[in-house]
Parts: sequence; C-alpha cells; structure tokens
Amino acid sequence: MLDILTGAISLGLLWAVMTIGVYITYRILDIADLTVEGSIVMGAAIAAKAISNGVNPFAALFLALFGGMTAGFATGLLHTVLRIPALLSGILTMIGLYSINLRILGRATLSLLKLDTVYTVFESRGMDRTSSTILLGLICVSAIICILYWFFGTEIGCAIRATGRNPQMVRAQGVNTNTTKILGLIISNGLVALSGALIAQNQTFADLQMGTGSIVIGLASVIIGEVLFGKKNFMSRLISLVLGSVIYRIIIALVLELGMPANDLKLFTAITVALALSLPVLREYLYPVKNSIKEGN
Amino acid sequence: MLKIQGLYKVFNPGTVNEKLALRNIDLTLEEGDFVTVIGGNGAGKSTLLNCVAGVYPIDRGSIVLDGIDITKMPEHKRAAFLGRVFQDPIMGTAANMGIEENLALAYRRGQKRTLKWGITNKERALYRELLGPLGLGLENRLSEKVGRLSGGQRQALTLLMATLKRPKLLLLDEHTAALDPKTAQKVLEETDKLVKEGNLTTMMITHNMRDAIKYGNRLIMMHDGQIILDIKGEEKKNLTVEDLLSRFGKASGEEFANDRVLLS
Ligand SMILES: Nc1ncnc2c1ncn2[C@@H]1O[C@H](COP(=O)(O)OP(=O)(O)OP(=O)(O)O)[C@@H](O)[C@H]1O
Ligand SMILES: [Mg+2]
Repeated sequence: MLDILTGAISLGLLWAVMTIGVYITYRILDIADLTVEGSIVMGAAIAAKAISNGVNPFAALFLALFGGMTAGFATGLLHTVLRIPALLSGILTMIGLYSINLRILGRATLSLLKLDTVYTVFESRGMDRTSSTILLGLICVSAIICILYWFFGTEIGCAIRATGRNPQMVRAQGVNTNTTKILGLIISNGLVALSGALIAQNQTFADLQMGTGSIVIGLASVIIGEVLFGKKNFMSRLISLVLGSVIYRIIIALVLELGMPANDLKLFTAITVALALSLPVLREYLYPVKNSIKEGN
Repeated sequence: MLKIQGLYKVFNPGTVNEKLALRNIDLTLEEGDFVTVIGGNGAGKSTLLNCVAGVYPIDRGSIVLDGIDITKMPEHKRAAFLGRVFQDPIMGTAANMGIEENLALAYRRGQKRTLKWGITNKERALYRELLGPLGLGLENRLSEKVGRLSGGQRQALTLLMATLKRPKLLLLDEHTAALDPKTAQKVLEETDKLVKEGNLTTMMITHNMRDAIKYGNRLIMMHDGQIILDIKGEEKKNLTVEDLLSRFGKASGEEFANDRVLLS
C-alpha cells in the first residue's frame, strides 16, 4: 500500500510540471490549449532520442524544454498573427506535432532501458527509483515555482496576467497582447515538454501515444487543486497545482487498486473533469440561491 | 494637438451589413481643448474615438496627433499617447489583479516592459497619495482585487490610470453612463478636475446634454457619421439645451433621437 502511495506521489510530482503549464494557459491566459497533447510527447521524444544518442540526460531536459517552447510559439503565431481561434490553433499544432514526434522518435516507441537517465545519477548514490524520482521531482517543481513566482511579478509577467482577463485594457496600456499571449504559450508548452522528458526518463521509454488525454489530466489536477485549496494568492495557487497533480495520481492509484480496468482510466478522468467543471451549475441546481444579492466577483 | 482629416470608416464592407459609420470627418483640436461629444444612437461617436485609439483601421483619411502621424500605428503603440476610459467599468481594469497592480500597469504605459519587478514601493506611496483625494478609501486597499470594487470605484480608478502618465489626448466614452446619478456626478467632477489640473486635451462622449454644455470649452454634435455642429468659445458658454435641440433640428432636419439622452 505504501508502495502505491509513494509511487503515486512521485508520478504526481513529474506531472505537476505539466499541470503548471496547463494552468498558465487555462487560467492565466484563459485559453484551452490543446498543444500540450503534442508537446508533452515532443518533450519525451526529444529527451529519449537525445539520450539514446549519448547526450547528457540533464542536457536532454533542456533540449525538451526548448522543443516545447517552439511548439508553443507555433500555436501562438497561429492564434495571434493569423487570428485562428485558440482552440483550433492548438489542435493544428498538436496534429502537426504528431508527424514531427514520429520523425524524432523514428518509430512508435523508443526505449531507454539500460541507458543513463536523470534518475540513475541518484540511484548510483544508493537511492531507489521512487525516492530518486520524488527528490528530483521536488527539486524541479520548487525551482519552477520560484522562477514563475518571480516572473509573473515582473512588468512582463503582470502584463501577461492582465491579458488573460482583459486584453482590451492591456492594449490600452500600451502592451502588445499578441506578444503576451505568445509568451504565455511558449512558457506553458516548454514546461509541458519538460514534464514529458521527466516522465519518459522515469518510465524509461518515450511513446507516441503517451500524450493522449494529457490535457484532461492537466485540467483535472488544476481543478482538484482549486477545489481543495481554494484560490488564494499566487504562491499558494502554484503549490495547490502540485498538490492537485499528486492527489489526482493517488486517486487513480486507488481506483486501479479497487479493481477498475486500466483501459477505463481515461473515461473515468474525463467524467471526473466534466463533473468538476460543471460544479457551479450543479451547485445552483442542488442549492438554489435564496438570496439573490451577491457580492461583486 | 489632434488633426483628423477626411476620415471614413466602413464596417463590414461588401456585405449586407455594410455600414458607413464615419463619413468625411475633419476635426482639429487645439492643445488643452476639452471637447464634449454628443449625438443620437449610432451617430458614430464611439467609432470616432475608437478610430483615434486604433481599435480598428480606418478606410480613408489621416489622424495626426501632436505632429505624429498615427493613422497606421497599431493600437498598443498609440496607447503611449492616449488615456482611455470606457463606458463599461469592467473594460478599464483587470479584475483579477490588485488596485496597485492595475495602476502599475498604467504607470508603464508607453514604456517597454522589462523583467524588473512589476511594482515598486516608491510607486505604492505615489498611488496612495493619488487615491486619497478621490475620497473612496481606496488608498488603504492597495492590494485588494479590483473585481471587488463597485462600478463607480472602478471608473474613478480607470480615470486615474488614464491620467497617471500624462496623455497627449484623453478619450472618454460615456464613462459615467453605467453609474448611478450621484456617482456619475462625482466621477465627472473628478474628470473635470484632472483635465483642468493637467491641461489635458480631452474628448468626452456623453449622453447628458446638460453635462455636455456644462463641461469643456467646446461641444461637437454628431449625426449619421458626420459632425453637424461645432460650438466653441463664448457661444458654448451661453448654450442651453433648447438651443442645442433646435440647432440639431436645423442641421440634421430630424428630431434628436437617443433613447439614453437626458434632457432634464
Ligand atoms: N464593430 C462594429 N461592427 C459593425 N458595425 C459597427 C461596429 N461598431 C459600430 N458599428 C455601427 O456603426 C454605427 C456607429 O456606431 P457607434 O457605436 O459609433 O455609435 P455611437 O454614436 O457611439 O452610439 P451610442 O450613443 O449608441 O453609443 C452604428 O450603426 C453601429 O451599429
Ligand atoms: Mg457609443
């Protein structure tokens, strides 16, 4: 049982990096960005290919990050310069990435078995796979949270945050909202790809299909974090994303343990997210508002 | 200060919804002019201000602001010269951010955004000082989310943001229309004060004829995409609502029609 728990925690930390990426587009930019389905695979593919070609596993993480950023940039250009709706822009990049990822991998699955990964560095110092994953996951997640906390407090970061809520006002304050949207998409997809690289090295293979449904997993984690820990200040929101991702993995581990077939997982996640997203409507239905006077939002 | 020449704006050209919203507008504002803009529904008032602000491209003509041709300049670049307040209080601020963060965004209007911290302690002191005279108690709620403020408070804040960095031109589009009469008066007084103190060149759309007459040194009336009246100087000072209505009738050959215009 403890094994299941620590396993879920370690996986949750790796997926937390991706969850933070999803949060940036979904909540900060107010865009449902489907690019992530492709960029998470791209990150995994780049890392796997690089490592199998003898690149240092840590350098492979940075290559993956960079690859994801270019994917985000592509979606950003489609959405802003070419004015294609955000959802469709993401789908276009995602579809395009499928071919690109296949080219990177050269086949549907690339194994990293017996090759050095970022985790073997810790394992060679006597740690087991799970604790080295948890340690590295914690390091990555903390570093990312610190950097993002700083970044979204800067002039550029503030402009990005305002863009998601009121682009018209941001333009009236002299900011090019195309640039802020593209920046947000670049950062988001960079993180998603980094997450893919961490996951691929952890499971010791990269797979062309591993991205399917990842957007829903990201959203589920974001929402679990919000429901359980509220929407307080920015730092606590970032931390709630990590907790949300970890709790999602624990829930999944539990339902699998309770005998749910693994093939039904995606359906289970989709229904959970649908329920969570419809929470406001359900609440209205279950508890009709008696007093119509509400405070400002 | 502002020179608009031969401005045309067509919406949805070539479709059944084609609409010539501005036709051959010529308008020159002197430095320090405070122009009130009045006109019926769909006269083109908002469109005129939006064209000056660069919200949409124009079809013909030119716009020169303080010697700079801004006709083709993108909206976010022109913003360096413009202060804007919109009719809807929600439009002027980012609800998910604090009062001070909104002010900090406005404080950097026209400046390149960098990786420097988005707001400094020195600024906070300045904001407190500027918010105090509004009499809304906002100076003690600097970090509170703007989404929690009332419409009037948000409009007062937007007004402050629009003038925080002195604009070459202040554009106000019915910025008190969504407020209750008492709050609207307060925000108007504040507007007048800011404009006078800063000697700001200003265009203010209003649907209140009395306000249009009371404020500013010049009044223009629009009808069907054209400026049909331009009243300044002594003539403006002695203007009455009745004058205005009868002159509108003569100039346009129609009754004045704006379901939101206040005659009383
Ligand atoms: N974005 C747009 N697309 C199409 N038509 C538009 C657009 N904006 C304005 N129009 C049309 O242009 C004309 C002028 O509209 P505008 O909003 O400038 O009027 P207004 O003088 O501000 O009126 P009101 O007093 O109702 O605010 C109207 O017929 C309007 O329907
Ligand atoms: Mg209007």
